[in-house]
Amino acid sequence: MAVVISETDQETRPREVAPAAPSGQDERAARFIDVRGLQKTFEGDGAPVHALRGLDLVAPEGSFLGVMGQSGSGKSTFLAMLGGLSHPTGGSIAVDGIDLYALPGERLADFRREYLGFVFQSFNLVPYLTALENVTLPLAVKKMPSADKRSRALEVLERVGLADRAGHLPGKLSGGEQERVAIARALVNEPPLILADEPTGALDSETTVEIMDLFAALHREGNTIVMVTHNPEIQPFFDRTIVLRDGRLDCELPACPVDTPV
Amino acid sequence: MTLLTVALNNLRRRKGRAAFLVAGLLIGVGTVVALLSVTQSMTAETKTNLESFGANIVVTPRTKDVTLSYGGITAGGVSVGRQSLSQADVASIGSIPSRADISAVAPQLVGAVQVKGRRVLLLGVRPEQQFKLKRWWSVGSGHAPANDHELIAGSAAARTLGLAMGDYVRLGGRRFTVTGVLGETGSQDDSLLIVDLGAAQQVLRRPGQVTLVEIAALYAGAPVDRIAAEIGAALPQAEVTAMQEAVKSRQHAVDQFRRFSYAIVGVVIAIEALVVFLTVMGSVSERTREIGVFRAIGFRRVHITRLILIEAVLASAVAGVLGYAAGMAVTYAALPLIAQGAEVAWAPLLGLVAVILAVAIGGLASLYPALRAGKMDPTEALRAL
Repeated sequence: MAVVISETDQETRPREVAPAAPSGQDERAARFIDVRGLQKTFEGDGAPVHALRGLDLVAPEGSFLGVMGQSGSGKSTFLAMLGGLSHPTGGSIAVDGIDLYALPGERLADFRREYLGFVFQSFNLVPYLTALENVTLPLAVKKMPSADKRSRALEVLERVGLADRAGHLPGKLSGGEQERVAIARALVNEPPLILADEPTGALDSETTVEIMDLFAALHREGNTIVMVTHNPEIQPFFDRTIVLRDGRLDCELPACPVDTPV
Repeated sequence: MTLLTVALNNLRRRKGRAAFLVAGLLIGVGTVVALLSVTQSMTAETKTNLESFGANIVVTPRTKDVTLSYGGITAGGVSVGRQSLSQADVASIGSIPSRADISAVAPQLVGAVQVKGRRVLLLGVRPEQQFKLKRWWSVGSGHAPANDHELIAGSAAARTLGLAMGDYVRLGGRRFTVTGVLGETGSQDDSLLIVDLGAAQQVLRRPGQVTLVEIAALYAGAPVDRIAAEIGAALPQAEVTAMQEAVKSRQHAVDQFRRFSYAIVGVVIAIEALVVFLTVMGSVSERTREIGVFRAIGFRRVHITRLILIEAVLASAVAGVLGYAAGMAVTYAALPLIAQGAEVAWAPLLGLVAVILAVAIGGLASLYPALRAGKMDPTEALRAL
């Protein structure tokens, strides 16, 4: 899959980000997520914290990858780096053949807009925007007719079953509804990769199942999803689950030892 | 949806925060508007008052004879009764190019007369023009000469000659009624008997003659020396003296007042900018997480900066309009207390300046917080990741 990364309203001519190593569509799809020797060290006042210590991972397009591990295992750091939000100390991440951290300047922001859909643990909806406006937000900096933006956002909102709540502010929505709005916001750009960080962490078990059914449907439609969680109950929804420990890939379920902490 | 929509919704739906920013600017803009409009009104009033200080141009016949001193003014060389100007000369003054900038032309004829065995100076004037020129002249319950049989006496002359209101005085065979006694002025005016110009010309037997002409040029009009030059060109036989020092000191007083106001305005603007800066900085800090979300979903740094600036500029424009209204309201309320008799000088341009000023201050003071917001690290901003 080759996605055109538009330059928003900064420049009028869209440019295509050339894959780092284009060796055919099949290989690109097979190595849709290509993480090599990923390291992240946080320098602070005290001793440096090694959040990731050389992570290698390859995932094909269309996977539903679960990332589990104890607190401090490095899973959220990994997701942030996969999302182009945090530069690695060492190693590289390529998505669809694009070496993320080799992208110049603000092209990484363009990459996030065109390639990624983020679903956050605490929804992170903008409180002063309605459900529809929150969903439209990623399109706010894109050059396209307002009517198209609105119709696309409504379409996605309908897909997550919230068309009738379009005009409500987040404060007037339940936790499950806010999560759906967050998912709709992640989908509105039709991104090739959806990243979710503990999306069910703040939901009750019934709503958790509803939300995971929604993710499963998105997966069936061909979306690539990477989800960080420490909830083993949702593990069956993943087609592959990796477990991180101390910043390294510990094992993959179900092959992990029984006593593996997740 | 655009950045403008996001900014508008933020201001609209988080009224409390928007109100705080608007209020900060509104108070500042209102203060500046009130200060400037009060200054403007007071300047206008000061000009009017300064114009009532009296003549700033004196026209006398050109002569090398004895010096005539009158009213504390040395007005060229003239021998009373020997050389004089004519009423045609007075008419010529009214035809100079800058005539619109002249507020009063007061021709006067001076001559000595005999009253009750004493020699006293008789001054013939056009009462309306003369009283306009010398606004400090007061005749108490009396009135200025309304015809050529009425007379007012300077306080010293009245005392010396034993004159009171209603008394009769014979001058050159004509009988005059004293219609008022001038309040003490501390000048030579106190020793005069003052009658209508025509009457004086008859009493002194100098029909159509004028000794000197005092002129008050409007303060806001053409420069006094230019008016004097034009009169000089129209009356080559006359000596025209521009009272430059008086005018300069008037201008100096007004300019000093204006400079003082501008200094205050400068201080207010600086405080206002600081208030906006701190408010927007606080707002950016509060919105750290929100900014992180914007960055995560693909907003560029410039988008964040632009969003913060759009919000600041929108709030500032509203504050500019409200500040202008508030400032003018304060002017209406405060001006009567500060300067009695001054009228509010309406300046629509000030409204435009208020809005531009508010937007400029709001924009500039928000620039650093906006740039800082744009440079926020998305992971730190989000914290969740």
